[in-house]
Amino acid sequence: MSKHIVVVGTSLGGLNALTILLAGLPRDFPAPIAIAQHRTRDADSSLAELLQRQSALPVVEADDKTPIEAGRVYLAPPDYHLLVGAEELSLSTEAPVSHARPSIDVLFDSAASSFGTGVIAVILTGASEDGAQGAAVVKRRGGRVIVQDPNEAESAIMPLAVVNRKLADAVLPLRAIPLELQQIARR
Amino acid sequence: MIDTASELEAVHVKLFLESLFLRYGYDFRGYAYPSIRRRILRLVMLEEVTGIPELQARVLKEPACLERVLHSLTIHVTAMFRDPEFFEQVRAKVVPVLRTYPFVRIWVAGCASGEEVYSLAILLHEEDLYQRCRMYGTDISESVVQKAKAGIFPLAAMKDYTSNYIRAGGKEDFSKYYTASGGGATFRPWLRDNVVFAQHNLVTDGSPNEFTLIFCRNVMIYFTGDLQARVHTLLYSSLVRLGVLALGRRESLRFTPHEHEYEGIDSKQRLFKKVG
Repeated sequence: MSKHIVVVGTSLGGLNALTILLAGLPRDFPAPIAIAQHRTRDADSSLAELLQRQSALPVVEADDKTPIEAGRVYLAPPDYHLLVGAEELSLSTEAPVSHARPSIDVLFDSAASSFGTGVIAVILTGASEDGAQGAAVVKRRGGRVIVQDPNEAESAIMPLAVVNRKLADAVLPLRAIPLELQQIARR
Repeated sequence: MIDTASELEAVHVKLFLESLFLRYGYDFRGYAYPSIRRRILRLVMLEEVTGIPELQARVLKEPACLERVLHSLTIHVTAMFRDPEFFEQVRAKVVPVLRTYPFVRIWVAGCASGEEVYSLAILLHEEDLYQRCRMYGTDISESVVQKAKAGIFPLAAMKDYTSNYIRAGGKEDFSKYYTASGGGATFRPWLRDNVVFAQHNLVTDGSPNEFTLIFCRNVMIYFTGDLQARVHTLLYSSLVRLGVLALGRRESLRFTPHEHEYEGIDSKQRLFKKVG
């Protein structure tokens, strides 16, 4: 069981950003990665396939109660919230939070309560402020928050919401984030 | 490492659920932690209390608070023809199975306010099967069962539902199934001629009957793996041989006790036939 978990939130521009992020992670990356990317509720499963092409790590859309394993990438399915438990992922069809399902806040908040100081939250490009509240919980529970540099983000709203609330431990260009993740996760 | 605040929170959640069970007999102890925690924390906000211990003290003292707690702890979010591709596959792959039976009993377990029951009734009507079906719509919450019986859904949702219906292979003008008045769409009463709505708790109650088709979609996602296993056994024993079990789009039979006694009919849409 990994003591770390990486949780990632993004919306507009997320496909490109996630592709670059995952492409930078090696096959032996030592922590699990859970991603909430906003998309339309009837999106098909092609996002996992697209990301898989550039990723050395296996990328799957999460089923309910999927065991959490290091070195695997779990995507929130469209129209479900993705929640992190101590050992497995849970899904929920509760109402959208800030118009989003999956909600980044829900993902981050659940990860904070299950992994505490082991959480590495990553906020990438996005056109809403979803994730800022969740990032605050991650910080309160001793986790770390990494934000894509708003100046290079396709949409700066989501990264800025976190930076402006002074929740970011590091603000980095996208291409530098994989290395940062490895350094923290290998500690 | 888990921080102290999270550790304490987990203890308070556990105590809260235990006290609900000891005082009132409502058993949420088998609910998956991440989502039940979320809902309890939301209750803390709604009740404007300082934390879970104060919420616990209140619900123990005030039975009136219990109603609100029960309502908040269970999920009632549903939609008509949710996942249109699923209903399309029901039409294509399950309807032919149902046709082989002179009489069909169907259970929609965890039906919330009944949208899925009405959707299925419409589908069966269009396939000329409704007359030989008897449907059971059950939910843990008495208040949502009453809503299901009324069959009135928000008019504002009809645009979405109509689009779902069409994508699910609907054959008619969707608006012929309801009348609009005020902000509500009242579904035709004949749609529930062959429907029984009743309160039923999947966690504590036994099987209500034997069924040819069971829908239990996005209900067990709120349970732990252990509780899921128990409910799967209940569903399995409630299905006739060659009967069909329908789960939610992201629910799997993996690691459940009867995994090997089902065969996939459409694995993408999570439709399974009982073969063992």
